[in-house]
Amino acid sequence: MNENKYASPEQLRYAKVLNLGVQVGFILLVISFILYMAGILKPLVPVSQLPKYWGLPVSEFVKVTHAPTGWSWLADIAMGDELNMLGIAVLAGVSAISTVAILPFFARRGEKAHLAISVLLVAVLILSASDILASH
Amino acid sequence: MPVRRIPFAKQFSAHADSIKASLVVAVAVSLAAAFASTPAFAADNLVSAMPWWGWPLALFVVCFALGIVAVPAGVGGGVLFVPIVGGFFPFHLDFVRGGGLMVALASALAASPGLLRLGLANLRLALPLSLLVAASQIGGAMMGLVLPAAVVQTALGLIILGIVVLMWTAKKSEIPGVQKADPISAALRINGIFHDTAHGKDVEWMVNRTPVALITFVIIGVLAGMFGLGAGWANVPTLNLMMGVPLKVAAGSSSLILSMTSSAAWVYINQGAILPIIVVPSIIGMMIGARIGVRLLRVVKASAIRRMVIIMLLIAGLRALLKGLGIWA
Repeated sequence: MNENKYASPEQLRYAKVLNLGVQVGFILLVISFILYMAGILKPLVPVSQLPKYWGLPVSEFVKVTHAPTGWSWLADIAMGDELNMLGIAVLAGVSAISTVAILPFFARRGEKAHLAISVLLVAVLILSASDILASH
Repeated sequence: MPVRRIPFAKQFSAHADSIKASLVVAVAVSLAAAFASTPAFAADNLVSAMPWWGWPLALFVVCFALGIVAVPAGVGGGVLFVPIVGGFFPFHLDFVRGGGLMVALASALAASPGLLRLGLANLRLALPLSLLVAASQIGGAMMGLVLPAAVVQTALGLIILGIVVLMWTAKKSEIPGVQKADPISAALRINGIFHDTAHGKDVEWMVNRTPVALITFVIIGVLAGMFGLGAGWANVPTLNLMMGVPLKVAAGSSSLILSMTSSAAWVYINQGAILPIIVVPSIIGMMIGARIGVRLLRVVKASAIRRMVIIMLLIAGLRALLKGLGIWA
């Protein structure tokens, strides 16, 4: 079956970048979770203490445990629980990267509407990923 | 001595029945484990006696079972995860919704590359819809995190019960066959072609009613962000029945839209509402379960699984509603 008949070049590019990002994200997630659960990397919040706090609303949880918000988990990336955020961030961010990868296709063909929509989508994803919304 | 051959259909049926029985048992055991672990069903000392590692393990088992049934039932993981884990596990709803969004996102991400290559998901269709969903999800997620848990729980119960009605009554159109594209979709060249293996032919498609669909997707985005449900339950009927997208492309493109709209997940990540001990075993369990679910799709009757999922959602929806109203705390 000729796949190109069913998928445009930009669609194939999007799929390729997405697939790569998803694989990286899953591998990171599994490795970091093993390191976390096996106690190889010490967590910021001890796992044995979590049952005391996970019933709290997130605002109180953060206050009591001093868990990081926004991107501040990067500062504690050597901790077992915070290392898991790397894989989670890759999975949450891979669609924005894949969208950036298809911009040249729309630009080359002069498809202004799809170019504008793609740029706006990336902007919305970047805005949501930024600390701006977390602090409001 | 003549060998008595058992007809293939009979062998197949027996095999399917045994798988079906195992599936039902697996789901029942998992749900029983979840029920038993909840304060509503167990004594407080049982909950406190549960070692910390028991919870991620229980999550893995429950999500594994949910992953198995989600595929044949034609629903995403998020819509099952939030009401069931929110209703029967001790985690605050903030963390459950964060987990639900990540589970829905991870499932969609895993499926999308293959769907895109086969033309069963369409990028041109998904891009404008994803933009609206991504933007409206941010508002929904922020509202969900500031509203009192009881209000969100009650609204979640009502939404889940609404989804039950939708799943029970919604019609489907395999290939709606739109005759004329509307001006917006024509300008954006939202159309495509896919190979329909059931009929062994290529099917070309186009869409209509794009303006109404755009408004609908804004509402879907708000609900998805607020309740952490994913949105396959709403995306597929909107794409299929409103826009006239063939059912298979609607299901595939719904998955693509979910994977392109991680904005609500980012709001939850930034607020600290993503706990790895909840999210990671759930994602892994759901992914492994979904792989089995895809295989089961070939041997079990999807309508039977769908009915079972509707009943599960009905119980979970009632539980969320009663929990929110303080009747079943």
